[in-house]
Amino acid sequence: MNTIKFKALALSAATGIATLLGSAANAVEIEYWQYFFDARVAAMEQLIDNFEAANPDITVKMTHFPYADYRTKVAAAIPAGEGPDVVQLFYGWLNDYVEAELIQPLPADAFPAATIDEEFFPMVQAMKDGDAYWALPTAVRSLALFYNERLLAEAGVEPPTTMEEMIAAAAAMTKRDGAGNLTQVGMTAGMTAQDHHWWREGLIRQMGGEPYMADYTKVNYNSDAGLKALEFYTSLFTGDDAVTAIGFMDEPQAAFKAGRAGMHIDGSFRIGSLNKTRGLKWGVTELPATADGAQSNYSSYWVNAITTKAEGEKYDAAVKFMAYVTSDEAMQIWLDVVGELPAKPSVGLTEANANNDVYGPFIRGLAYANTTKFANESAQRQLMVEMVERITLEGMSPAESLALAAEAEQKILDEYYAD
Amino acid sequence: MTRYRNLSIKQKQIVWAYAFLAIPIVFYGVIRFYPTGNAILISFQDWNLLGDRTWTGLDNYAKLFADPTFWKVFKNTFVYLLIGTPVSLVVSFFIAYHLDKTRFMHGFLRMLYFLPFMTSAVAMAWVWRWFYQPVPIGLFNNFLSTFGIPQIAFLNSTTNALPSILAPAVWAGLGFQIIIFMAGLRAIPQSYYEAARIDGVSTWTVLWEITLPLLKPTIVFIVVFSSIGFLRIFDHVFNMTTGNPGGPLNSTKPLVLMIYETAFSSFDMGYAAAQTVVLFLVLLVVSLLQLRILRDR
Repeated sequence: MNTIKFKALALSAATGIATLLGSAANAVEIEYWQYFFDARVAAMEQLIDNFEAANPDITVKMTHFPYADYRTKVAAAIPAGEGPDVVQLFYGWLNDYVEAELIQPLPADAFPAATIDEEFFPMVQAMKDGDAYWALPTAVRSLALFYNERLLAEAGVEPPTTMEEMIAAAAAMTKRDGAGNLTQVGMTAGMTAQDHHWWREGLIRQMGGEPYMADYTKVNYNSDAGLKALEFYTSLFTGDDAVTAIGFMDEPQAAFKAGRAGMHIDGSFRIGSLNKTRGLKWGVTELPATADGAQSNYSSYWVNAITTKAEGEKYDAAVKFMAYVTSDEAMQIWLDVVGELPAKPSVGLTEANANNDVYGPFIRGLAYANTTKFANESAQRQLMVEMVERITLEGMSPAESLALAAEAEQKILDEYYAD
Repeated sequence: MTRYRNLSIKQKQIVWAYAFLAIPIVFYGVIRFYPTGNAILISFQDWNLLGDRTWTGLDNYAKLFADPTFWKVFKNTFVYLLIGTPVSLVVSFFIAYHLDKTRFMHGFLRMLYFLPFMTSAVAMAWVWRWFYQPVPIGLFNNFLSTFGIPQIAFLNSTTNALPSILAPAVWAGLGFQIIIFMAGLRAIPQSYYEAARIDGVSTWTVLWEITLPLLKPTIVFIVVFSSIGFLRIFDHVFNMTTGNPGGPLNSTKPLVLMIYETAFSSFDMGYAAAQTVVLFLVLLVVSLLQLRILRDR
């Protein structure tokens, strides 16, 4: 190839690239970050495709990385002017992100608080500060009672709807060997899993209590209702008529998956992995009510927020993207792909969704669900674990252990809200 | 460049020597000393990874010394050290001493002892975790129940949990210590043993007067090395107690696990850094003490 030809070729290649870059510069590119979870990434890819088709001048680049690195990376990137324009975070982290000025409130014209109050399930209001929402979820999760259909049929009992029925069904499904060791439990138990949510927002409220006061800054469960809830919970695995044991088969969901536990309380996020468990025939029903019909549930969610990095046209694009990922259409896609529940009654409580065999109990549970505002979820969960351990391993009375837990949790809250 | 040209050969050699030495020094400076210094700095600050760092003086240390969990954890860390180090020292010496004399399948036996050291600590911890479960899945308890012996709560107990976790940790480190001991034993000149045999000295005396004194440098190395290992124990405890990190009522929690939790689940970096500084000082003091005591007087 002679020099002149080569130069011409190089020149045309260079102009070609320049044109490409030029046209790309016309479109706004925004970045979206979330943690890596197969189904969530697949759902988000679908949402981004739909959004880009409707807004050809905007491209969305999704980045995802392991859950463990999430906070560190977001914290390092945004102040450096890198990283996401729209970011996904756990609702419990919101305060930290607001205080660190990593996210900005949603604009009131596109996301009027009054409309959101009306359109979303009420627990979303935890994301509201004054007249502005800081963040909004696409999907929410709640708890329900999973049951093993084979074990239920074998014991000749029906899926329970009240606590009494639950205890009776659990007793019918519990099996022991000759030495009295449990070989099959009626239901699973363990504060390390979802039970601490069930106890806090479910049982205590059902016993007529209020677990926290003053917007979750004051512990209020050291009360009659709290004690009743704790005694009910510990009665499951203490005494001769125990229907379960803490740590049976190491982890509650493992025991349920292995078909050695009749019932199991868990979140909607468990559906996917139970579906993949071969040979397990399971069903799901709402959390058991009290004899007089009191129901309560716990809900948690991941939210999307606009970061302080998004400015100018990127900000406008980010607002449009936020509007799309919190739309009815996006919620239905999220439900179908990930199995997480829509955050709006208008999508969740459609005939088809609310009566769905699998999602229905969770969606109906949202209507009476509460969301705990955690200061430090893992530390607060650990206190519940220790509350039970003091009773089972050290023989402390439930009342005394409850008081200790309440005191320790108040300390965590005080420290967190001190500044 | 002219300046370099004017140097004598000897000086040029020195320049080159330092150029090469600079690589590890810079490397250590950037990945060791800078973070260490930074950690000490953070221990006097309040930082949640997201916001600004603010100075808090000695608050983190005051909080640490007033925290009952810290003292519990501090005690656990020393229990790991005070049980783990002597037990692994004696067991590994015993095995090495006898393995050294064994000719039958020597290589194979040595491989068997060394194998756990090469196994991933995470995989091993999970297998042991399942061994320790109650019936119907735990190997040990299933074995007990076959003979009608009551169940033992290995991990779900405030008293049994720590030794239960220590056992696989000791076992895992054994291979390495045996190899070091055997190298030490081989390094002892045969002529001493021959002289002892000619004088008709008993086996005990040989062990006591020749083998052990001459093994001293090896013993010092293993004691210091395994002490640091036990003071920093983490992966076995973390994996055998995930879900309830640190075992029932913190009965197995070592300092490193507490640091990890404070930093990466409570995001209290200042407090975690203060704990790290304390761990650093403990390691420093323990290592210096051991070197002093075990060195030749």
